[in-house]
Amino acid sequence: MKIDNSLPLEYGTEQNKLNILGFWIFLGAEVMLFATLFATYFTLENRIGNGPAGAEIFELTPVLIETILLLTSSFTIGLGVHAMRLGRKNAMMTFFAITLLLGLAFLGVEIYEFTHYVHVGAGLQVSAFTGILLTTLGTHGAHVTVGLFWGLFIIMQVKKRGLTPATANKSFIFSLYWHFLDVVWIFIFSFIYLKGMM
Amino acid sequence: MDYFDRFAIPHPSPAIYASMVAIGLTVIAILIGLTYFKKWGYLWREWLTTVDHKRIGIMYIIAALLMLFRGGVDALMMRAQTAVPDNKLLDAQHYNEVFTTHGVVMIIFMAMPFIYALMNFVVPLQIGARDVAFPRLNALSFWLFFMGAMLFNISFVIGGSPDAGWTSYFPLAGNDFSQSVGTNYYLMSIQIAGIGTLISGINFITTIFKMRAPGMKLMKMPMFTWTALITNAIVVFAFPVLTVTLLLGTMDRLFGTHIFSMTNGGMDMLWANLFWVWGHPEVYILILPAFGIYSEIISTFSRRNLYGYTSMVASIVIISFFSFLVWTHHFFTMGQGPLTNSIFSITTMAIAIPTGIKIFNWLLTMRKGKIEFTVPMLYSVGFIPIFTIGGVTGVMLGMASADYQYHNTMFLVAHFHYTIIPGVVFAMLAGLTYWWPKMFGFMLNERIGKWAFWFIAIGFNVTFFPMFFTGLDGQARRMYTYSEASGYGPLNMLSFVGAVGLAIGFALIVYNVYYSTRHSSRNIGSDPWDARTLEWATQTPVQSYNFARTPHVDSIEAFWDYKKKGTPLFKGDIEKIHMPNNSGVPFIMSCIFFVWGFSFVFSMWIPAIITTIAIFACMAHRSFEKDDGHYISVEEIEDTEKDGEVLAYENR
Repeated sequence: MKIDNSLPLEYGTEQNKLNILGFWIFLGAEVMLFATLFATYFTLENRIGNGPAGAEIFELTPVLIETILLLTSSFTIGLGVHAMRLGRKNAMMTFFAITLLLGLAFLGVEIYEFTHYVHVGAGLQVSAFTGILLTTLGTHGAHVTVGLFWGLFIIMQVKKRGLTPATANKSFIFSLYWHFLDVVWIFIFSFIYLKGMM
Repeated sequence: MDYFDRFAIPHPSPAIYASMVAIGLTVIAILIGLTYFKKWGYLWREWLTTVDHKRIGIMYIIAALLMLFRGGVDALMMRAQTAVPDNKLLDAQHYNEVFTTHGVVMIIFMAMPFIYALMNFVVPLQIGARDVAFPRLNALSFWLFFMGAMLFNISFVIGGSPDAGWTSYFPLAGNDFSQSVGTNYYLMSIQIAGIGTLISGINFITTIFKMRAPGMKLMKMPMFTWTALITNAIVVFAFPVLTVTLLLGTMDRLFGTHIFSMTNGGMDMLWANLFWVWGHPEVYILILPAFGIYSEIISTFSRRNLYGYTSMVASIVIISFFSFLVWTHHFFTMGQGPLTNSIFSITTMAIAIPTGIKIFNWLLTMRKGKIEFTVPMLYSVGFIPIFTIGGVTGVMLGMASADYQYHNTMFLVAHFHYTIIPGVVFAMLAGLTYWWPKMFGFMLNERIGKWAFWFIAIGFNVTFFPMFFTGLDGQARRMYTYSEASGYGPLNMLSFVGAVGLAIGFALIVYNVYYSTRHSSRNIGSDPWDARTLEWATQTPVQSYNFARTPHVDSIEAFWDYKKKGTPLFKGDIEKIHMPNNSGVPFIMSCIFFVWGFSFVFSMWIPAIITTIAIFACMAHRSFEKDDGHYISVEEIEDTEKDGEVLAYENR
């Protein structure tokens, strides 16, 4: 493998550059995926049938906790990538681990939130609104879940193999993914929860 | 036994039982054959685990041709059923299933793999690359498509085929009105194949952006590569919409949500909108690569460079942009109001402008050219007038107020066959014939090929032209029969006769493959058509590493310049080449996807959960795997290249 030392490690080889561009294109596809979900959500937002409306079921506290957890995790993974560029393996692994713990906490609150919705009579099968709400949130939650496993595997590989062009590349790409989930969450927070509570 | 009742077909007929037996016997014959000839190891090492873009391309072609015949049989059944009034050949339910599977198979499992077959084989060669950017993902794309296709195809013998049309409009396709598992098959199999297509899209954009030969600027790319780039950009933006649409359909059918239902707030028009937001760009995903193929072929056999290269590129970019802005024209009659209909009417008609530019560019490429009517050129020249009929009737359909007359009649059926068949099928047959020598090392027989072309071209027109008239007279599409008093009988009989002509044409193509395999000369050199692009600059059949030395490009037609002006194409010494390793994981993972899809179709949750975990386990395995590929040494390359024409020529 030819390694170009004038670039950060994650860009160091030809394959690494391809991987990063490919992943950006994948994120473009993910943007379309969530955009479609949002468009469908906005279409069905007020079609509540006999079920509750958003304003009746949304609670600010858990949503705010989720938001803070996820935004913080985006910050810590940024620190992790920064540490990686400085070649500080342990600091990088620590920041990645904190990121994943924050992600896990986010997921915990989201699971609580889902059970809450079911308790107040806003289950999946109640109305078009609840169906698309839970599908949209669930798609984001599933992405976070996949991310937790993926991040864990990357930490294990960095621990075992050190910071090589391959592991640095994977870590960087994972950070892109994680930031992207954060961006999606900001849209969910603003246009599903805040808009719904107004 | 009740548990197993769900796997039974809802409306048994002798034809379906016969197919069941035929499928069983074919599978047994293949298994016995592979064992008897001791080909299991060969199959696994050379094909099932391959990551070579050329072999993946060939597998796509085989799959696409199989599906072409599956869809073709459906088509013949439909034309036979409607050949005479009040026919009893198929009942209404069976007819519904046949037109549904015909549409899905032809679009998703024939046309899509066919364009990816040619892209896979040709694009890396045209840009002078060793392989695609992500060879392993490329194998995964193919196998996901293949397993999706297989899942869809077992529907008619296990549980029943989808019967709500290839567009599968909800609420018709919902649980209330489509009670068999057919639509579940539709949702799951297209989902699996769609994931594969999306991966291909990402793969090819990265490949074309990053792996072009030195000196090949974007505006020096061959036209087929340009269309491949734009097509894959559409794929990346359109397929996630399909993913969500199918997901929401699955939620409605399997998990009881009310997104597309008519109760509890569901919106009955939403599916049609979401489906066509993907579906219309999909039309251009199919047609743009076809345009690229025609550009290559017309330029090659007119012995002229492509007229208006820049305007060709501009028009495909404009078409790709407009393709996302016209979806409502598929349901002008749904009542979204005059303003919306007018806007979409105008965008629809606007697409005719860049398409018209392309037509004139092809005509001007041929002008003053030394035209050679080979089989690929016949298809290309035949395409222009026939496709123009399709385009003009498209503008007619695009007029929203007039569309109330044509909507869902045979006029529409005639229109879209007039665009898709000359547009896509002719292009694929032309491309297949054109690149066949590069793939297999011999040429298809021209004489049989020409007979096949005339049968197909005339058969096509005889089949579909009458439908314009029956459609204007009011014959609705998707009706399994009609009364004698309607007077549609004679023209429908004419359509059936044409369909038989088409069938003979396709049979001739099969015979041509057989005949040419046995009798064609293997001594054809590397450039039998005297072509212009880089894929002809390497040996035939192509080595696994494509080019011993990376070509250097400084014009749009570097290979032509090399042949005619002697501009050097390959510079420097041979170096060792890095190649990716084969892997069985894409195949295994796709097999798991097959079981996963099947489990969802029948709501078998335990296998569904197990296979979901298994799919993620495959991904985890990939994450931990260390695979740096392997090198091909200089000695080995020199040894395989010593007879290669290009290198031998250079060394003289």
